Amino acid sequence: MNALLIRDIRLAVRAGGGFGLGLAFFLIVIVMVPFAVGADTGLLSKTAPGVLWIGALLACLLSLDRLLALDFEDGTLDLLATAPLPLEAALSVKALAHWITTGLPLVIAAPVLGVLMNLPTQGYGWLVLSLLLGTPALSVIGTFGAALTVGIKRGGLLLSLLVLPLYVPTLIFGAEAARRGAAGADVSTPMLLLAGISAATIALMPFASAAVLKVNLR
Amino acid sequence: MTLAVTNLTIARGGLPVLADVSFVLETGQALILRGPNGVGKTTLLRTIAGLQPSLHGTVSGAQDQIAYAAHSDGLKAKLSVTENLTFWAEVFGQSDISHALKAFELENLSDRLAGTLSAGQKRRLGLARLLVTGRPIWVLDEPTVSLDTASVAMFAAAVEAHLKSGGMALIATHIDLGIEQASVLDVTPFIARNDVAMGSSNEAFL
Repeated sequence: MNALLIRDIRLAVRAGGGFGLGLAFFLIVIVMVPFAVGADTGLLSKTAPGVLWIGALLACLLSLDRLLALDFEDGTLDLLATAPLPLEAALSVKALAHWITTGLPLVIAAPVLGVLMNLPTQGYGWLVLSLLLGTPALSVIGTFGAALTVGIKRGGLLLSLLVLPLYVPTLIFGAEAARRGAAGADVSTPMLLLAGISAATIALMPFASAAVLKVNLR
Repeated sequence: MTLAVTNLTIARGGLPVLADVSFVLETGQALILRGPNGVGKTTLLRTIAGLQPSLHGTVSGAQDQIAYAAHSDGLKAKLSVTENLTFWAEVFGQSDISHALKAFELENLSDRLAGTLSAGQKRRLGLARLLVTGRPIWVLDEPTVSLDTASVAMFAAAVEAHLKSGGMALIATHIDLGIEQASVLDVTPFIARNDVAMGSSNEAFL
């Protein structure tokens, strides 16, 4: 399992690996928003948690396309399916590698970009915490979507359409937690629901992903 | 140890391609599968490797024993030869890759990125992967594609060494490998009649 994790991270950071794609997209979106919305600091700080969350979610979605497609094309998935490692574990590890190379950089970049969005001071900690709790769910749900569309050439559109509705609960509670945090209100309810969504998807999604991948490998 | 295939009927895209295939492979034996293109050799090997379900029949003795090698080698262009092999060795719980590098004369290429290798060298690396799996049953789908004569001999020697050390091999190929312990099975007589009764229903497709 460690070997797979190390390999995936190593491939991501080498040339053409796609590391930084999501991060760059996130940076571009958040830098552009104040230009488009205008310099009304009150409006910016009000919309900051939601915009930051949408930016992170779309950045995550952008990188799902290559999560399994490359391994499918070069036959790695066939070989992994015959390896002693259960497919559920292999897909969990791939989701973890995706989170480390995509989700974690977004979490780290979010407070810096919060400055551009004039996020209120008390909101930073809650924003980072909500992203830290929510992005793992985005990665495991994304892995499921990638497994579902793995045999399809240029399946990016279908993947986005399938995954976006599944992302909505995470977005609602994640953005709500960040918004309440920024407004100085009580965050415990959305934060607990967000943590619940993450825990449930991490526990259950790998089984669904492995099941659909087995069908797609036939 | 025995790999036994009994009355196996296999399907591709929901249509049966081969019906009632039976054979037994014992320790130290190799079986060469022959047959024209599209007859279902690849489907048969994938079914035996557990990558797809059969319509009828059983495969016994294959569970967690198989090292599968198909047309694509599962190599990453941006990883070096050593990194590629080490990865597969670790996935299969092994650590030593030097014997595999030696068997396929990859020592001088060990630091090259797999993406910079020629087609034949990539194939040799893909076959070297079999040696680091430590699995007894090799299931190989046209392993000699893009190999030159010397490399084919290298591959045949590797298979013979594997058989001598108590392994087995199931190989679909069109060329004569010159492996002494190998028997040949022509799958043409097993071609399935495509009528509905054979199970070409949506159920089989799903």
